[in-house]
Amino acid sequence: MSSSPTSGGVPALVLVSGPERVLADRAVDSTLTALRSVEPGVEVIRLDADAYEPGSLVQHASPSLFGGVKALVVRGIDAGTDELLADTLAVVAEVAAAPPGDLTLVVEHRGGARGKKVLDTLKKAGARVLEAPAIKTDREKSEFVTNEFRRRGRRIDPAAVRALVEAVGRDVSELAAACGQLADDSTGVVDADLVETYHGGRVEATGFKVAETALAGDTPAALRLLRHALAGGLDPVPIVAVIASQLRQLVKVSGAGRGPSGSLAKSLGMAPWQIDKARRLANGWTDDALGAAVQAVAAADFDVKGGGRDPVYALERAILTIGRARTGR
Amino acid sequence: MSVWADLVGQSRTVDTLTRAVADPGSMTHAWLFTGPPGSGRSNAARAFAAALLCERGGCGQCHECRTALDGTHADVDVVATQGLSIQVARARELADAAAHRPSVGAWRVIIVEDADRLTERAADALLKAIEEPVARTVWVLCAPALEDVIITLRSRSRHVRLRTPPVRDVADLLVRRDGVDPSMAMYAARAAQSHIGLARRLARDEGARIRRRDVVRMSTRIRTTVDALAAAADLASIAGEETTASSTERDAAERTKLLETLGADPAARTQPPAVRARLAALEKEQKTRATRFARDVVDRSLVDLMSAYRDALLLHLGSPVDLVNEDLRPDVEKVAHAMDPTQLLAAMDAITTARERIEANVPPLLALEAMAVSLRLPRR
Ligand SMILES: [Zn+2]
Repeated sequence: MSSSPTSGGVPALVLVSGPERVLADRAVDSTLTALRSVEPGVEVIRLDADAYEPGSLVQHASPSLFGGVKALVVRGIDAGTDELLADTLAVVAEVAAAPPGDLTLVVEHRGGARGKKVLDTLKKAGARVLEAPAIKTDREKSEFVTNEFRRRGRRIDPAAVRALVEAVGRDVSELAAACGQLADDSTGVVDADLVETYHGGRVEATGFKVAETALAGDTPAALRLLRHALAGGLDPVPIVAVIASQLRQLVKVSGAGRGPSGSLAKSLGMAPWQIDKARRLANGWTDDALGAAVQAVAAADFDVKGGGRDPVYALERAILTIGRARTGR
Repeated sequence: MSVWADLVGQSRTVDTLTRAVADPGSMTHAWLFTGPPGSGRSNAARAFAAALLCERGGCGQCHECRTALDGTHADVDVVATQGLSIQVARARELADAAAHRPSVGAWRVIIVEDADRLTERAADALLKAIEEPVARTVWVLCAPALEDVIITLRSRSRHVRLRTPPVRDVADLLVRRDGVDPSMAMYAARAAQSHIGLARRLARDEGARIRRRDVVRMSTRIRTTVDALAAAADLASIAGEETTASSTERDAAERTKLLETLGADPAARTQPPAVRARLAALEKEQKTRATRFARDVVDRSLVDLMSAYRDALLLHLGSPVDLVNEDLRPDVEKVAHAMDPTQLLAAMDAITTARERIEANVPPLLALEAMAVSLRLPRR
């Protein structure tokens, strides 16, 4: 069974499934764009699940007095009231039984057990399923960036992907915006220099340089970079956080054995280039030394959060301890 | 069954409170109940309220007793916070309420369950009300320990200390009140270290028992830094799952309710600025609550983990007492075999440090990682 297409090749039932906001927004937008390409006058009605008025979905789904094509968009049905779930099931059943031809129902389900029945019914009724899987690990973020450029018909080189994920990868919507801006502002292949121009001054980018240098064992250079970053007004707190996350990757990689980075990427939740980088850095580290470094970073975090008198000294001491641990002195 | 029946192992406290109910000369207008988590502070406070309002001194059966116990009595105000603190606005409301005479009963009882979470300004607001007692109004403040409550409030209230109830008594309560099988009740009371609420959960929820066992067994499996970070990640993710599971539905329901209360059009695509501000405030509160909850879950796990090392230390000292982890004795023996008393104490220090760091806003994962590194079993 499959719901017959209405306009623009869009079927009457569309399910957007998954927690990632950016991807879900995009799935809804592209569905509406496809509809508009054929029916510029399509009336879009958005219903918010957490402010749902019982019965309104059914009401909107019934044919309007003046005709015309309608799109009903229900977001966040996984947090919806029982009434919304019941109304959605009713409308889905009706549409599946007799596709009205002038109505498209788009339902967004972010995850979890609630609303599972709606999800299953939609799938069974042949709804088009658009996935919005979570983008959490750095590996997923790297793939996301690559695809962002690919879908614009552009290319970005691996070093630039890496720099971009490091600089703005904390927040996926910010990452998406950064990709859009880089693509709009440039031509040809996007490289690391361009990313550096746009995002090199960010806390994260600077924090990464400090962390990498310290973990590579170049203590004097790491201290110099740190001084420079702090003089530029950077807060010690995020710098500690970056060192902690880099160190975490080092430990993960050192426990993962020899396999090719591509095949380890998934189990470690890291991008292949991150694995390669962490492997290079892991040279010269013993398991005990890594342990000492982890303890130094946790102590520094406590100190920069107010546990110690001098946050700058706390960070410098952590970097010195990391350097000493690595050389085993 | 009297209102005091479920207050196990607290006979001295029950004596003090029943005397106060019976004899006006032993009564006072401000009380401070302290006792370790799970000892039944807030239950004691509610039972006291019921006894004051009941015509028969706390029969446990009448309408007054039942409504006082479940917190719905018109003359009983119960303040509990899920968040990190009780704000001054709430404290002022209470101070206002305290000035009114009881509406139906003999007393107005105001119970503050987390007096340790009063902000400084909130405590000041309460202090004014407590300093000027109103006839027929009783304050009952609850906190884990005396030091957790600011000194001005402490000095103006009568202190009642609840002790950690004996394991046996907690087990009996589970059997009697919750119909738990006796051997399961004994296991749960012991594993929860007499924390009544936790014991009940362990007795009834297999998932909780499995999670606890996994946590305790971490003491036997950390050998390298790589192991340590993996164990820390496990601990942190258990807490994360529990937090999400407990908050998602409640958060959505609160949002709907707020929109209703504000009379906002729930179907509107964008809300007016005033409504948006209230929604933003609610979201902030929910986030704070989730943070608190996640911390509490991690903290509870660390208490469980700590018990493995305490048990191992007891084995070294040859103390002929029951272990907290009697059900995991072989695992505890493994730890005792691998670590000498000095090393066990160092492990316990590391756990305490992690708890302090998390309380001081160090990201839980990082604090747990550093702790787990210190828990590596010595090489031989
Ligand atoms: Zn009664």
